Amino acid sequence: MTTKKFMMVNRKAPYGTIYAWEALEVVLIAAAFEQDVSLAFLDDGVYQLKKGHQTKGIEVKAFEKTWGALEDYDVTKLYVAQESLAERGLTADDLAVPVEVLSRADIGKLMEEQDVLLSF
Amino acid sequence: MKFSILVSEGPYTHQSSDTAYQFAKAVLAKGHEIFRIFYYHDGVNNATRLTTPPQDDRNIVNRWSKLAEENNLDLVVCVAAAQRRGIVDDGEMKRNGKDATNLAPGFRISGLGQLIEAGIQSDRLVVFGD
Repeated sequence: MTTKKFMMVNRKAPYGTIYAWEALEVVLIAAAFEQDVSLAFLDDGVYQLKKGHQTKGIEVKAFEKTWGALEDYDVTKLYVAQESLAERGLTADDLAVPVEVLSRADIGKLMEEQDVLLSF
Repeated sequence: MKFSILVSEGPYTHQSSDTAYQFAKAVLAKGHEIFRIFYYHDGVNNATRLTTPPQDDRNIVNRWSKLAEENNLDLVVCVAAAQRRGIVDDGEMKRNGKDATNLAPGFRISGLGQLIEAGIQSDRLVVFGD
């Protein structure tokens, strides 16, 4: 099968809308299709990776643990926008999994290298 | 050029499905090919034939069905997103013990793999969403 470079661009907070959850389903399917998958986290999307999700009160499934499982699907390229973290008072230490923190400009360069960009 | 289109928002609430439709028409008018149009998130609501807008408004669902029929398009609704939002064909009705169907003509329900395949097979996958 042809392998293409897919980047999933996560821009939304983890809860409040379904985008983050359904984006994760696309990530897993793309990985199952053995595509070259990377994830970029921008804007409120950086909250998706934050440690310590507690969703019992809103009766929504937490998906924080899924990030740790991505490695089993060979999805290891997680890029986080440095500016988006800083704007929200976060650092890489606040995140649930190891990521590569890059400037928005550098993430933009990575986007130019992709075959398919899916934004959520 | 071979295009595929992802529609990520529902009709009427959001401009995305209108823009996607106009884009699809423009692609075809220019002589390009559309490999597939995939509906995800609330975009699956583009596929309910029970939609009944006021008579002086556009019927977004019928418009998709007509475009598909005239151009032999492959309109695919994500099964997981459809199940969450109550978009049902005969197979889903039987499988999930429902008492009705509402999938509009020209659409079919299938898996997310169809979106990934569209990304692989097409020169461009264009996303219309929020």
